[in-house]
Amino acid sequence: MEEKLTLFKNRKRFGIEKNIDIIFKNTALVLSSFVAIILLGIILVVFFQSFESFSRYGLKFLVTSEWNPVKDEYGAFTAIYGTLVTSFLSLLITIPLGVGTAIFITEDFVPKVFREIIGSFVELLAAIPSVVLGLWAIFVMEPFFRAFFVFLHNFLGWIPLFSTEPTGRNSLLAILILVVMLLPIVTSIARDSLNQVPKKLRNAAYGIGASRWKTIFSVILPAALSGIMAGVLLALGRAMGETMAVTMIIGNSNAFSWSLLSPGYTISSMLANQFGEADGSQVSSLFYAAFVLMILSLVVNIFAQWLVKKFSLKY
Amino acid sequence: MNSLYYQKRLSRNIGDKFFTSLSVICALIAILPLIFLVTYILIKGGSQITPELFTLEPNPPGDDLDAGGINPALIGTLIITTIASIIAIPVGVGGGIYLAEYSKGGAFSRFIRFGVNVLAGVPSIIAGVFIYALIVSTKILFGSMYSGLAGGMALSILMLPTVIKTTDEGLKLVPNELRYASLGVGASMYTTILKVTLPSAFRSIATGVVLGIARAAGETAPLIFTALFSYYYITGFGDLFYEMGSLAVLIYNFALEPYDAQNKLAWAASFILVLSILSVNIFARILAAFTEKTKRV
Repeated sequence: MEEKLTLFKNRKRFGIEKNIDIIFKNTALVLSSFVAIILLGIILVVFFQSFESFSRYGLKFLVTSEWNPVKDEYGAFTAIYGTLVTSFLSLLITIPLGVGTAIFITEDFVPKVFREIIGSFVELLAAIPSVVLGLWAIFVMEPFFRAFFVFLHNFLGWIPLFSTEPTGRNSLLAILILVVMLLPIVTSIARDSLNQVPKKLRNAAYGIGASRWKTIFSVILPAALSGIMAGVLLALGRAMGETMAVTMIIGNSNAFSWSLLSPGYTISSMLANQFGEADGSQVSSLFYAAFVLMILSLVVNIFAQWLVKKFSLKY
Repeated sequence: MNSLYYQKRLSRNIGDKFFTSLSVICALIAILPLIFLVTYILIKGGSQITPELFTLEPNPPGDDLDAGGINPALIGTLIITTIASIIAIPVGVGGGIYLAEYSKGGAFSRFIRFGVNVLAGVPSIIAGVFIYALIVSTKILFGSMYSGLAGGMALSILMLPTVIKTTDEGLKLVPNELRYASLGVGASMYTTILKVTLPSAFRSIATGVVLGIARAAGETAPLIFTALFSYYYITGFGDLFYEMGSLAVLIYNFALEPYDAQNKLAWAASFILVLSILSVNIFARILAAFTEKTKRV
């Protein structure tokens, strides 16, 4: 007995093996902190690069729409307005479509095989690069919708939103291509949260005589609401930052207009368009615009995460 | 007595029918764009595919006769995506290992997980702006400004959150009994991770990483002012430090050209890009479904 114990005591790990273990752990620690370093780096770098413009224009930058490199006057109102309008309106169209599709996929209207095929089809849509969607929007969507836009202008032209003569690329097309891009996000997250609603809730509702859609509206959707809301916010963040498809179809004009049928601008399309050729104080102003975009998407994202944590299902 | 039978005209039954058809319409509207888009790209782009496309340089826009090929952009996409993977995979897998295996749910790991989610939500163009400020405008890479290397770095920022997340989640699915068994027979922590947990989570991690790479290959916004674009063949290692073309930027540039020949080249490039990304996605999906089935048995 005594012998055995001493045998155990002598069987220590080699020093080198211990060191490897410690090194391995610390390497992993350093690598995981890279995320924080990059995130802070992005915020700091963009902030300091925009400092010159920030100290010159202050908050006036956010509400004036003059963008004139010759006179050195910069204001990003048109771009900020365009970012907010395109993302909110596209979301407004996407939410009912996406949630409706998610309900279709999670209910048993058609056999499971079909529903799974539709579900993975929609998810594949998310894998298509946005630049390809932009190409498609230019050559297929724009000619397709041209007559419809003329019709819209002729009949609803008295509403400021449709007051300009449609000529090629415009903000409404950007909104439509954003809908195509956001649909997969909203649909797949809504589907996941609908699937997570426990079966017994549904059975209880059916048991006291609720019809299918009464159950969906009064029991299942409310139970899944927090997850759906989080998905919507994630989609909003994506819509704000989306660059390529929007840049290619929005027309890129800094002239401010209320009309959706006139060319517009978003912060990201302004960056994509001007960053390569900018110099002097224009660069700093572009960084300022980038900073605004980053703050917008950070706020939306953090709010989404908070929502998930706060209201996640407790069944 | 009558009330026991299904009554068509009851308002609740009419309402149910109405909403059911509404959700069918929603689903149809959601799939239609994909079907239109994919068929259009396959037909329009597929008809432009010729052997020369893969071997020639693109001609500068201007003459409408012959646009040339996309060889430099194709190779450029491969190189830039490889650079991004070389940076993002080790960092991401290492970070994921720390989160899943070592962290005990304290403030640091919660902060990192939060940071991963936030970084995943940062607009892709911001990654380009960041690398522009850090590397392109400072000429820190041996005096070169726009370069394939800078483009790869910008893409790696976008890949990083995906890789960390899939590693973290893949490792968390590994049953704890495996870890106990390994540590119980006297293996050290790093042997346990490298020999036991990582291999058993390998397939799910690999699926996620491959999907992340496919996503990065189609990204354009981070490249337009980091890697820029080039019309010329990539001939050697030194070309990493100069402007480098990519399929995504080629599509962007040539879609906006007023010339028909360049537009056609953009469609051909889209065909190749979409076909490869979709096939990677479908393959990964099949693999994931297969893994799930074998696990259940």
